[in-house]
Formats: sequence, structure tokens, C-alpha cells
Amino acid sequence: MIEVRDLTKDYGPTRAIEEVTFRVDQGEILGLLGPNAAGKTTTMRILTCYLPSTSGTATVAGYDVFEDALEVRKRIGYLPENPPLYDDMSTFQYLDFVSKIKGIDTQDRSRRIYEVMERCYLKEVEDTLIGKLSKGYRQRVGLAQALVHDPEVIILDEPTMGLDPKQIIQVRELIKDLGGRHTVILSSHILPEVSQTCQRVVIINRGRVVAEDTPENLTGQLKGAERLFLKVAGPAGEVAQKIEELPGVTAVTLTASSADREHDFHVESQLKRDVRRELADVIVTSGWGLLEMRPVGMSLEEVFLHLTTEEEVSRS
Amino acid sequence: MTNVLALWQKEMRTYFTSPIAYAVIVVFLLLSGYFFYGILASFVEFAMRAAFQAQYYRMSMPTLNVNELAIRPLFQNLSVIFIFLLPMITMRLFAEEKRSGTIELLYTSPITRTQIILGKYLAALALFTVMILLTMIHQAFFFIYGNPELGPVLTAYLGVFLLGASFLSLGLLISTLTENQIIAAVVGFGLFLLLWALGWLAHSAGPGLREVLSYLSIFEHFDDFAKGVIDTRDVIYYLSFTFFGLYLTYRSLESARWR
Repeated sequence: MIEVRDLTKDYGPTRAIEEVTFRVDQGEILGLLGPNAAGKTTTMRILTCYLPSTSGTATVAGYDVFEDALEVRKRIGYLPENPPLYDDMSTFQYLDFVSKIKGIDTQDRSRRIYEVMERCYLKEVEDTLIGKLSKGYRQRVGLAQALVHDPEVIILDEPTMGLDPKQIIQVRELIKDLGGRHTVILSSHILPEVSQTCQRVVIINRGRVVAEDTPENLTGQLKGAERLFLKVAGPAGEVAQKIEELPGVTAVTLTASSADREHDFHVESQLKRDVRRELADVIVTSGWGLLEMRPVGMSLEEVFLHLTTEEEVSRS
Repeated sequence: MTNVLALWQKEMRTYFTSPIAYAVIVVFLLLSGYFFYGILASFVEFAMRAAFQAQYYRMSMPTLNVNELAIRPLFQNLSVIFIFLLPMITMRLFAEEKRSGTIELLYTSPITRTQIILGKYLAALALFTVMILLTMIHQAFFFIYGNPELGPVLTAYLGVFLLGASFLSLGLLISTLTENQIIAAVVGFGLFLLLWALGWLAHSAGPGLREVLSYLSIFEHFDDFAKGVIDTRDVIYYLSFTFFGLYLTYRSLESARWR
């Protein structure tokens, strides 16, 4: 449905995104995850034909975002980071205006508007001026604007920003509902949001795609043998040194020590390398006590930090 | 067409739900009413003196031309008021959309830039038309209490309309260049004034330059209309000014995309 290939965008001398490549299938919900200023908004703005790319191509529903911009714009609903609202209109007037410029037929217009108002819990503010609405309502009016013409593709830039916890849950449910019938891309820098709503995640950092997978796989990639919790009875310094010398081990950190020479370690190893056997061997043959050893899964948050900080290190 | 209409309606709603339209119209009517009164008073005084002199010298009363002595100066004054007021109509059209981010909605909706420009421009033109239609009250007085020629009044209205249409296209262009309404208004006001002042310079310039400057001056062309003359040169000047202004507005929106 959406195909992005080698997308690059320069703002003058600064490169906002570099060779971003990913694809989204019909009915899928994709999360764009990254810290602030990573290039999420730029990517979305190119997809919605708001900005032209410097190089690379992007197609939505088979139409090129640059060549067939009008066709693409007919098929997308877009909620920018700041909802594009006119404060001097009421919710209904605003949605009426939007449905006109989105090309909804006159006879379908009011039905669609009432449907979308119901969906976004806006019924009670139908005649309230948007300028008088709270942040949560404004965000939902923005969302309604993106959905009113029932577009094939929905692009949401930080859709739950500024909402209270209850509203966040409502909006997440709404987005999950959209999947299947609509293709959705949403961006966020909040990890639980992405892991809960999205089927696939693209992590962007400093304008580059650093990882792309399902939330489970991303977490799983660094799960299991790759990170271990270890409780050893023995001299702390020596133990750490011995473990560090093992092939495949990348880092050993002492996390806690108790009075009776019991030490807790976190051992990290290279991806997809199980060092548990060697670890046990070394500790036992050295005559220390192996009290506990278990794999520690990383939360998506840690995966995210891991991937983005590693990228930074390799760049500098 | 529906898109242009949707935008037109939206802009008209903004004009009339906010105080903008009312403020501009009220100030305009105050100023034009004041000029109308001033010009009428001095015309009456002039007529009285002429009648008195005619009686004194036992001559017949000369026919005074209302068109020449009152209506034409009134229209010239009106056009000067527009220098100050028209930037207020156009200043927010694009600047406000850019500041509030709603331009993102317009640019990502299936409407073309031309439709956006036309919708906004026609809304400004409609408000302006309302303003000049309201001045017909003044003309009514001339027709009730005197017998001016209708032709020059109509051509003068045509001239005012074309002049305003040109100003508005320039104002719209300026509004695309900034996010700040005040800057849009000040720059518009400055440029309008400059276009007016070009005419003064033309009078003191050398022979070659004089032609060019007076052709460029936006008010030199207006004078013919006020006299009751429709010169195609003037019509073409205003129409090409307007189209050029709208075309540059389009280019300005296009280039902003690339920055």
C-alpha cells in the first residue's frame, strides 16, 4: 500500500532523513518510532505530499507522492503534530469545511460527519467553537478531520499527545479498529503506545532507519541468552574479569553486592550468541558459587535506547 | 469549483465572525463619509459664490459640473483610503494559516494551490465589493439633489473595482511571504503607498522616465476612469497587474514547498 524507497530530505545543509526505506501492507498498522527530531514528521510530511523529497521515491496506493500528488491526497487522512484547526469555527462547521475540501459528496456529507463525531466522542461539542475546546478535544477533532472522508491510508503524527490516560486508551482502541480496513502509519516517541497498537515498528534515529520488525521480534532480538542476570558468590573483581574474557561477551556490569560476597551481574553478549554454558563452566571451574542465572528480556524501551545509542556511537 | 466555493465560504465566515470585516467597513464608511461631507460642503460653498457672482454681474448662472467638481475628487479620495484599509483585508489570508499550521490541512487535501488562491482572493474581493457598494449612498445624494451624469459614475466604480482588485492581489502575495499578520499589513501598506507615490515622481522626472513612471503608477490609470473614460490601456494595466499578482502568489506558494 505504501512503499518508501531511499527517501532523503535536506533542509538547506541539514539532512533531515537519509535513505529511509520501508513498506506498509494493506490494512497494516505501522509505528514510526524515534526520539524527537529523528525525522518522523519529515517522513510523514513527504508521504502526505506536504513536502517534496530531495531524492528517493514514495508511493501511496500505487501513486507517486510527487507525480500524482492529487491522487495521493485523495486517499490519505493526515493528522499533523499540531492539529490544523480553525479556532473561529464550531466542531461541526470545521468538519463540514474539511469534508468539502476532501471531496465528499453533498448527500453523504452530514452522515459522514455525524459518524466520525460519534467515533471520536465529539457529539457533546458539536456546536462549540474549537478555540474554546480543551487540548484533548482539539486532538480528537484533529483525528476526526483525518477520518471524515474514510481514506484508505491514515497518517497520524503523535496522535495521543496531550490526552489524558482515559482518552489515550480510547484513541488507541480507535486506531486498532482502523487496522484491517485502513492502512495506518502513526508516529510516537512513547514506546508502550507503539507496542500496543502497531503490528510492525520502524525505528528511526537521526534520519535513518535503525530497525524494522514486529514489536515482539524487536524485543525478542535482544532477549534470552543475549542478556543475563547472574548471581555469583566469589571475589567481584576477579569474577567480572573472568567473564569478560569469555568469547562473545560484550559487557559485564556489577549491579549489586551483598555482605557475604554474593554479587549480582548483568552480562551482555553479542546478538544471537548463547554464552550460558561457557559462563557456568568458568564459574564452576574457578570454584565460585553459581547461585542464579537467568535470561533477562529487554523492554521495547531498552531496545530502542540500545539501537539508537549504538547508532550514535558508531557514527562518532 | 466546489473547492473554491468551500474556501470562499470559509474566508467569508472568518471575515464576518471575527471583528475584521466590521472594523474595516466601519472605519471605511467613517472616512469616506467624512470626505463626502467635506467635498460636498466645499462644492456647495463654491456654487453659492458662483450664484452670488452671477447675480452681482447680472450674468446668467454658470452650469456647474457635479461630476467634475464633486464626484471625481470623491473617488480620488476613496482610492487613497484603500491604501490604508486593503492591507487589513489581505494580511491574514495566508499568514494566519501558516502561523496556526492549518496550511498543512489545505496542502494535504485534494485541492490545488490555484483553488486555494482563488477561494481566498475572491473572498477578499467580495468584502471589498461590499465596501464600495456601500458608498453608493453618497452617490444617491448627488442624484437626488443634483443631476450628474450617470456614465462617469459607473466608470469610476469600475475603476475603483479594478484598482482594488490589483491591490488585493498584491496584498495576497505579501501574505504568503510571512507568518506575521502585522508584517504583512505593514509591507502591504508600504508598497501600496509607493505605487501611489510613483505618480508624484513622474511629474518631476525627465521625459523618458516620466512615461515609464506614470505608466507604472497605479493611480494615474485610475484618473481616466474617474473622468468617465474607459481606456483599454488602463483596463489592461489593472488586469495584468492582478493576474501577475496572483501568479506570483502561486509561485510563492510553490517555492515555499521547496525551502
